[in-house]
Amino acid sequence: MEKKILCTDMAGKTHELLATEEWSIMEIIREGGIPILAQCGGSCACATCHVYVDPTWKDKLPEPSEEEVGMLDGAFDVNADSRLACQIIFTDRLDGLKVSLASGSVEP
Amino acid sequence: MTSEILQTDVVIIGAGPVGLFAVFELGLNDMKCHLIDILDRPGGQCAELYPEKPIYDIPAVPVCTGAELTERLLEQIKPFHPTFHFGQMAESLAKTPDGRWRVTTDRGTIIDAKVVVVAAGGGSFVPKKPPIKGIEDFEGKSVFYAVRKMEQFRGKNLVIAGGGDSALDWTLNLQPIAQRITLIHRRDDFRAAPDSVLKMRMLVAEGKLDLKIANLTGVEGQDGQIAHVVMQDDAKAVHKLPCDAMLAFYGLTMKLGPVANFGLNLHENLIPVDTASYETSEPGIFAIGDINTYPGKMKLILSGFHEGALMAKKAFALVYPDRRYRFQYTTSSSDLQGKLGVADAAE
Repeated sequence: MEKKILCTDMAGKTHELLATEEWSIMEIIREGGIPILAQCGGSCACATCHVYVDPTWKDKLPEPSEEEVGMLDGAFDVNADSRLACQIIFTDRLDGLKVSLASGSVEP
Repeated sequence: MTSEILQTDVVIIGAGPVGLFAVFELGLNDMKCHLIDILDRPGGQCAELYPEKPIYDIPAVPVCTGAELTERLLEQIKPFHPTFHFGQMAESLAKTPDGRWRVTTDRGTIIDAKVVVVAAGGGSFVPKKPPIKGIEDFEGKSVFYAVRKMEQFRGKNLVIAGGGDSALDWTLNLQPIAQRITLIHRRDDFRAAPDSVLKMRMLVAEGKLDLKIANLTGVEGQDGQIAHVVMQDDAKAVHKLPCDAMLAFYGLTMKLGPVANFGLNLHENLIPVDTASYETSEPGIFAIGDINTYPGKMKLILSGFHEGALMAKKAFALVYPDRRYRFQYTTSSSDLQGKLGVADAAE
């Protein structure tokens, strides 16, 4: 059965995206055709794949690494739901995960 | 500002790995290069985004960091003595009356060349700007993303936003001359040189610096003059902090920038090229590395190296229309070995 994530873009539109095991959420968003900046290509070096994870999913996600938390210093409007999409790896447990793009993750 | 017009064979826009290796391929074919980069050092993304991170897919180099790759490329192109123009953005590209190309930078450097190679990767690294509505009205007047002249902040009440090395370095440098500085950062932890963090903490302890843990959410003022910054703390409480100027340091981001106005065809901010030579829609203008696009394109450093080699062959025909292109191997050609300065070693 196909797995999905839901990604809400800056205009507020929610897209259902095909999710693949072991892909990062950033890759799933990018390959789903949503123009996420992700400038460093997924190496946790730029903070331009900043997303907000729906709080109901929070306890299903592994804690962010110290590196990810540090890299979020280069993002804006960071809150308790903030994550870098390149650092969340999709697994079965995350089928249906809801994320929203943050302002620094798309061309202004 | 210099009015002297520099002359060379090839201008390369972007001194990342692909731009650097292009110097090698062009150099083997007797073409001299000038490189322009907005960063203050070579390496592009390898220098700015992942200097310490490992790269595993450079042929015959099982692993090296971004910084090491840059160092090795600089070593490799040393025999060709490229001229670097760092801290400058290529701002315009125009045809000269004699059919050459003229590149002008934002610092007033003017270079004429027969060939221009755009190796600009994801674009120019420019400071990230807070997504605050109306902030552009203040930029350059009372909101800054870089410090050009420290003196302009003497005696001023400053807010510095950010938690990395730039934010801390400028906090420490400006603290003695500013009237007062408030450093605002989203968390009470700093991703910066430990020594800077220690110095900053000491100033706070001595009452010489204010530190606020909050998110920057707004700027207010009139006619470009900031009156106060607005920030929100973890408890969602909103605070206003009066100041004369704000400096925001959230790192750099890549923007296509003036390349968009070079008159080249663009497809989704990338430059389409012909894969026989990586030439753009304009004869004599080439695009190599992450900035170009063609069917099957993969944004890999090694793709950019290959593109540079084919580019150099076509560039040779443009720079030396009267010479025959000679295909040679560095292993066997004493001519190439002479150019590399290794003629004796290879005997």
